[in-house]
Amino acid sequence: MSKHTVTVTVNGQEVTREVDARTLLVHFVREDLDLTGTHIGCDTTNCGACTVHLNGTAVKSCTVFAVQADGGTVETIEGLAAGGELHPLQEGFWEKHGLQCGYCTPGMIMTAKELLANNPSPSEDEIRWGISGNLCRCTGYNKIVEAIQYAAEKLRAQESTEEVVA
Amino acid sequence: MTHNPDSRQEMHPVPEGASATVETTDDVRVTTPDTICGMGHRMKRKEDPRFIQGKGRYVDDIKLPGMLYMDIVRSPYAHAKILSIDASEALATPGVLAVITGKDLQEAGDLHWMPTLMSDTQMVLPIDKVVYYAQEVCAVVATERYIAADAIEKVFVDYEPLDPVVDPFEAMKDEIIVRDDKEEKTNHIWHWEAGDEAATDQVFAEAATVVEESMHIPRIHVASIETCGMVANYDPVMGKMQLYMTTQAPHAIRTVFALVSGLPEQKIQVISPDIGGGFGGKVPVYPGYVVCAVASLVTGKPVKWIEDRSENLQADSFARDYHIKAQMAADADGRITGLRVKTLADNGAADAAANPSKFPAGLYSICTGSYDMKAAHVAVDGVYTNKPPGGVAYRCSFRVTEAVHMIERMADIMAHERGEDPADFRLRNFIGPDQFPYESPTGWEYDSGNYEAALQKAMDMLDYRALRQEQAEKRARGELMGIGISSFTEVVGAGPSRDFDILGIKMFDSAEIRIHPTGKAIARFGTKSQGQGHETTYAQIIAEELGIPAADIEVEEGDTDTAPYGLGTYASRSTPTAGAAGAMAARKIKAKARKIAAYLLEVGEDDLEWETDRWQVKGSPDQHKTIQEISFAAYTNHPQGMEAGLEATDYYDPPNLTFPFGSYICVVDIDKGTGEVHVRRFVAVDDCGHIINPMVVEGQIEGGLTQGLAPALYEEIVYDEYGQNLTGTLADYLVPTAVESPKWELGKTITPSPHHPLGAKGVGESPTVGAPPAIANAVVDALWHLGVRHIDIPITPEKVWRVLRNAGVND
Repeated sequence: MSKHTVTVTVNGQEVTREVDARTLLVHFVREDLDLTGTHIGCDTTNCGACTVHLNGTAVKSCTVFAVQADGGTVETIEGLAAGGELHPLQEGFWEKHGLQCGYCTPGMIMTAKELLANNPSPSEDEIRWGISGNLCRCTGYNKIVEAIQYAAEKLRAQESTEEVVA
Repeated sequence: MTHNPDSRQEMHPVPEGASATVETTDDVRVTTPDTICGMGHRMKRKEDPRFIQGKGRYVDDIKLPGMLYMDIVRSPYAHAKILSIDASEALATPGVLAVITGKDLQEAGDLHWMPTLMSDTQMVLPIDKVVYYAQEVCAVVATERYIAADAIEKVFVDYEPLDPVVDPFEAMKDEIIVRDDKEEKTNHIWHWEAGDEAATDQVFAEAATVVEESMHIPRIHVASIETCGMVANYDPVMGKMQLYMTTQAPHAIRTVFALVSGLPEQKIQVISPDIGGGFGGKVPVYPGYVVCAVASLVTGKPVKWIEDRSENLQADSFARDYHIKAQMAADADGRITGLRVKTLADNGAADAAANPSKFPAGLYSICTGSYDMKAAHVAVDGVYTNKPPGGVAYRCSFRVTEAVHMIERMADIMAHERGEDPADFRLRNFIGPDQFPYESPTGWEYDSGNYEAALQKAMDMLDYRALRQEQAEKRARGELMGIGISSFTEVVGAGPSRDFDILGIKMFDSAEIRIHPTGKAIARFGTKSQGQGHETTYAQIIAEELGIPAADIEVEEGDTDTAPYGLGTYASRSTPTAGAAGAMAARKIKAKARKIAAYLLEVGEDDLEWETDRWQVKGSPDQHKTIQEISFAAYTNHPQGMEAGLEATDYYDPPNLTFPFGSYICVVDIDKGTGEVHVRRFVAVDDCGHIINPMVVEGQIEGGLTQGLAPALYEEIVYDEYGQNLTGTLADYLVPTAVESPKWELGKTITPSPHHPLGAKGVGESPTVGAPPAIANAVVDALWHLGVRHIDIPITPEKVWRVLRNAGVND
């Protein structure tokens, strides 16, 4: 098995590690970097529990090799709360009871983050389709949809405040 | 085995503080201010900060120094002799430390077999033959996860395939014997009956109308997003075995491990960390757990075993698989008079169902449901087949889902057969609110209910009569629209211990509360949350009782070294049992606090009355001591002769089960071209008695509804004739996404339990139990005029399309 040195900026910090060619990004993040907030729920890209951002795009890290992230940036759930302040999505999930067992939550939040980046004012239907690659077994999704709506509103408000300040 | 109604005449005493009168209301009871956040508050969950920031700690997150990894070689056959196992190539692989086979386990002290929860036996690892596809054959232990995964491909097992028996009706012929390890060469495991057969025959003989239907509740899988796994950490120096384990019942598991392994129980610590969903699938002990523990014993090192999704979907956590034949009798006035049910229970290759010991068919005899009838008789036969052991719950209190599906389908069939509106038929046949406590024909004593109120509310919420009119208009235009009702009665919260045990361990549950000098508290419980939110709701119960803010109460569960012994979380039993124990322990503390307050205020105990968070002098509320002042005094200034400290433990054995209920109405539109069922509306009115946290209850109901939708329309574990599982990935086993899941519309009524100290009932499984027949009834309601009487779940587009084609609706 060939070894490769990869350098990746993870949650704003550059890290360099030696990995097997076949090391999955999810195992790199969880086991080499000890960022266990990213979870594994299937091995077939169905459940989305392992969703992280690679170069700004949400990917299912169980079907990406760590070497594919070489030279790139990775953001995981641990990188979301800046300076101890919860991201509006984290706040929304807490406020609206968008989680129960918490296992799908990090992946769901990372998917929702990309959704809102591309579409700051999604309709309910757009939210449902937007998270349809992430499975949740506990909530029945209604409260996840509400959590994302809460975050969308808050992010829009922050955006307009920043524009006023600028 | 016959379920004897007489055995439940003698009730355990009802605790003080239980509701004296039972009235149905609409409003959540709130008695404490926001600052205390007792029952009824929509408190944000205390556990959430770690989950939303990626700081949950699940089994696969645990990493111990020197930890090894285990992977499992599984059988490619459903039934085969094992001729030989050659592990030499695997063992020669760098990084591979051990291969564990059935023979190794046998030599280690007959550990190759283990008891199931139903006192049957199940192979841990086989020696002579395998009896189901994906069965655990041997395990490889290696220094790295990937090396272990590679090495299982290098173990060569020589099999001689045998004909499998996959169909339970074929299995009953005993032509192929699944379990030839048993003395009796038969696949028939048990026969079980409840009710009065002669009385039932009598009402059927006198009936004006009898309807009959056969239905299959297929095998499904809980598919929690976290699979099963373990980190076993045996310390050979201290002789202590730590088991980090995905288990819903850590204490019972510890006892079972002690009995099976011979390790002393105080040297076994089961730790159930954060659990990524359980739904019943994490109640049993699966072979992988046992082998993982043995691997740590053998190597003296920590060993991690985590199932992958395909292993999980192919080998464990299966539910249902009941083949039901039901008959319902009614008189000329349309009153149900009797029910007769025969059922074949496909258990797979072991009776490893997660049921209380005396109930091989679980609580299936609750099958008369919400209807008052003269007589009922139910008979169930359990049978072995060449499938993995089934019978875990899938978010259901011991087979009540199968029972409810049957009775709610039969009620609809009877109503339609009589040409009557299914709502009117139900309203006539409900057990009346004045009939509680109600003794059912199969021996259950329902604690409280108001079924009319729940159904009426659901009908009002969606303007039922207007929908019927719309349906008639659409039908005239050839459009297919259906309305389905399910008015279910749940039965949750086992004990009482007189009737309920798991492997002889009585089904009580426990709480231990310790108040610190500054008035803050830690509370530990015998249950284990898998997402239900116990860290919040248990704190709210204690806050309600003692007035200590819920934010000041730390709740812990899942570590058998610290938590009091309990039977765990499943079958919606946490609130009925451990929640009650929390209230009772708090009341013991309150009683001691009264003595301390009387001492501090220099009055008699009888001069004091409780108010929210304090003992105050009657008629002089300015003279009082708050619970915080009393807590401090308990450690600094307590009466001479009294023990210091302020803590209490309670082991709560409920007087009866609780019987939550509800009425669900589903509206579907069916695409004539494709057969696709679209759930347009779904109204769910639930009644779980007094509510601890409305937000958490809503979450439980919405999640449960989606897990009711799933088996109704999408999910089924499918086997081919060779016993191969054809649904071994989440691409084949269709867990609903946010797109399939409807926007649930919730309503509630509140009818307290008369015997629970907080008037509460369980709720987590009501929606999973109640939803499938509402959906199935809606589909059949849309198609009844075409001659359709029944469609088995899951109601896939293909099934509906075939029905429509047979009826000449499409071509």
